[in-house]
Amino acid sequence: MTQLRLRGIRKRFGATAALDGVDFDVSGGEVHALIGENGAGKSTLMNILSGTFAPDDGAMFLDDVPYAPARPADARRYGIAHIHQELALCPHLSVAENIFLGIEPSRREMHTRATRLLDEFGRGEVDPARRAGDLPLADQQVVEICRALAFDARVLLMDEPTSSLQRGDVERLFRLIGKLRERGVAVIYISHFLEELREIAERYTVLRDGRSVSAGALAAVSNEELIAAMVARSMETIEREQIPAVSEDVLLSVRNLAAPHRVHSATFDLRRGEILGIAGLIGSGRSELIRAIFGLLRTSGGEVSRRGTIGYLSEDRKGEGLALQLSVADNVTMSRLRTCARAGWIDLRRQNAQAEEVMRRLRVKAAGPRSAVMRLSGGNQQKVVLGRLLHQDADILLLDEPTRGIDVGSKADIFAEIAQLAREGKAIVVVSSYLPDLFAVCDRIAVMCRGRLSEAKATAEWTPDLVMQTAIGGSEKAA
Amino acid sequence: MKRNVLHVVGPLLGLIGVALFFALLTGSPERYLSMTNLRVVLAQTVIVAIGAIGMTMIIISAGIDLSVGAVIALTSVVTALALRGGYAPWLALAAGVVCGGIIGAINGLAITTLRVVPFIATLGMLGVARGVAKYAANQQTVNVPPTWINELAVTFPSRPWMVFAPGVWLTVLLAAAMTIMLRNTIFGRRVFAIGSNEAAVRACGINVERAKVAIYTAAGLFFGLAGVTQMSRLRQGDPTVAVGVELDVIAAVVIGGGSLSGGEGSIPGAMIGALIMSLLRNGCQQMGWPNYVQEIIIGIIIVLAVALDRYRAARTAEVT
Repeated sequence: MTQLRLRGIRKRFGATAALDGVDFDVSGGEVHALIGENGAGKSTLMNILSGTFAPDDGAMFLDDVPYAPARPADARRYGIAHIHQELALCPHLSVAENIFLGIEPSRREMHTRATRLLDEFGRGEVDPARRAGDLPLADQQVVEICRALAFDARVLLMDEPTSSLQRGDVERLFRLIGKLRERGVAVIYISHFLEELREIAERYTVLRDGRSVSAGALAAVSNEELIAAMVARSMETIEREQIPAVSEDVLLSVRNLAAPHRVHSATFDLRRGEILGIAGLIGSGRSELIRAIFGLLRTSGGEVSRRGTIGYLSEDRKGEGLALQLSVADNVTMSRLRTCARAGWIDLRRQNAQAEEVMRRLRVKAAGPRSAVMRLSGGNQQKVVLGRLLHQDADILLLDEPTRGIDVGSKADIFAEIAQLAREGKAIVVVSSYLPDLFAVCDRIAVMCRGRLSEAKATAEWTPDLVMQTAIGGSEKAA
Repeated sequence: MKRNVLHVVGPLLGLIGVALFFALLTGSPERYLSMTNLRVVLAQTVIVAIGAIGMTMIIISAGIDLSVGAVIALTSVVTALALRGGYAPWLALAAGVVCGGIIGAINGLAITTLRVVPFIATLGMLGVARGVAKYAANQQTVNVPPTWINELAVTFPSRPWMVFAPGVWLTVLLAAAMTIMLRNTIFGRRVFAIGSNEAAVRACGINVERAKVAIYTAAGLFFGLAGVTQMSRLRQGDPTVAVGVELDVIAAVVIGGGSLSGGEGSIPGAMIGALIMSLLRNGCQQMGWPNYVQEIIIGIIIVLAVALDRYRAARTAEVT
């Protein structure tokens, strides 16, 4: 019987410890749930198991033999298969070709074996000759799972396999996992959805801040206990600011907004001077909701009406937030260059002066307005993005993870600025994975779960546990 | 496989359209569509067509090679030098082809080990190969004694039963062989897979770097053969020949359904693409239109072909 043991696994990325001592056991014929908040280290652990990263410290044993994969190919040879959160198919190749990528048998054998694998899965109607990119999302996932089975995986790592599936497909997936268990495959199953985990897994391990903090039989713990183990840290740092007076002047009104696949229904009003927090797990559709409101994503239903101008801060700072090679001044003034230009000619002195004013206000540490943004630290870069919104002077601000990956000092500066902006009469939406931040700065909070946004309620009516429960589709009924 | 057939239908319709257009426009369809003119057109297509076989592989794998024209010049010089040095014609031919393969291997290694993007790596090679060709030829053309190599791409083959030049038949044979290779071998699948999603291929434990070196090397062999054909047509090695041919070759692949973002492309399509361009040139010449008209028309055709392809891709994406 397969036995996988992990002892004291550690991994650092720069200054942050992604994993800080993880112990973990799983054996063949078992489905083991791996639970933790966003950023707890689950995906890092999976990447170490599948040979993408090597751990800094600690040991892994497969059937009591040391296991140290140097690359994904090694992990495959040992029979460890990783099904990624984001699908990793070749869209142009056929279903069969994708299943046997890397271990290609003869064409005829490929076809019959692919048909058999799909059949076992209860998806016999999928044609192995079809182009993988033409399949619906759920079937693409099936193809990925078949790929793992094609080379007789002993250990299967599944990272959030149901986050993009509808209920019927989830049931089909669970039936398959049941079959794998009977065959003696060890399954490590990552999910935020506790009810689903109870259906499929026997034992669990909770990761928090890169450490395994709790493990045991799922039947022996309540959801409340699991959530407490996941968010224990979150309780400490919460501090409420005084709520500034929110006017009754609605600037942004969203009604039953939907966008293909990711957003099913979202309704809220945003008033002048208000900060609305949107919580939710990664993949719940919260970023897509913001993008749909701003117009970056095609909507498929519902209405957005707004009064005033609108500004957007992307969660992807390097990809969408900044022009890294350009100067601080160019970045800050980009949305409203007109204010420092005369008849199309940029007045450099005026541009510098305006940028310097923003830099002072946000305490951006840079040599000057002409220094290239890529030379700044992450925290200062993020301030520059926010600075662009300040300079743009929009009435409504949509901020997606405004404090992602930055130091504590910059974070405090940015939240202070967000609060200040609200006092000045802006209407602000803040999306964040980090609950203490939302509790500290927001007037109201709404929670996104599988594309549905809950009712927005005053922050005082929420607790971190309740937010988490809503995010994982527990007690709260989505609006 | 139905899909592959569909991919060729568009370019094929384009080919028929161009042929009919000029047949009617010249006012004498019997001359434009005559056997003689077909021989002329095919003989003119051989060099670009052979290059397009190699380029199709590279473009399917989401790569590009800008050094084709320079490699053709260099290998034409190498072949000519070998012939002038008294080597047997088949050895001279092999020298040209192998030289192309070596340059392809260097391109592949620069891309994989130096981590230079293909555009830049092969842009560099464009200069290097052209320079080496001029050095090797002492900045002159290299004249060669008459051998059977000179017969490769003649319009009227010396053996009338061949109907078309031996190079035409060679191209057809190679195109068929490489089509089967791309479709039915593991290597062929990996070419498509790398172009479709390189990260996924790597996660499956496949050595992507080795495959890329193999792709550029194999393509280099074809560019070398195109160089030999070039020498055969001019009956001399010329270090200044084939400037900009890489753009014709890329255009042939793209008109034939290749996508520069990888994962798509077919050799039959690329052959039709090369033919479309030859027919256009030939038609313009027969009309007595100046060179610049051809250039404008071919430029427009390239953009239209790709725009049509994108339109079709967007339509299918809408369905899923």
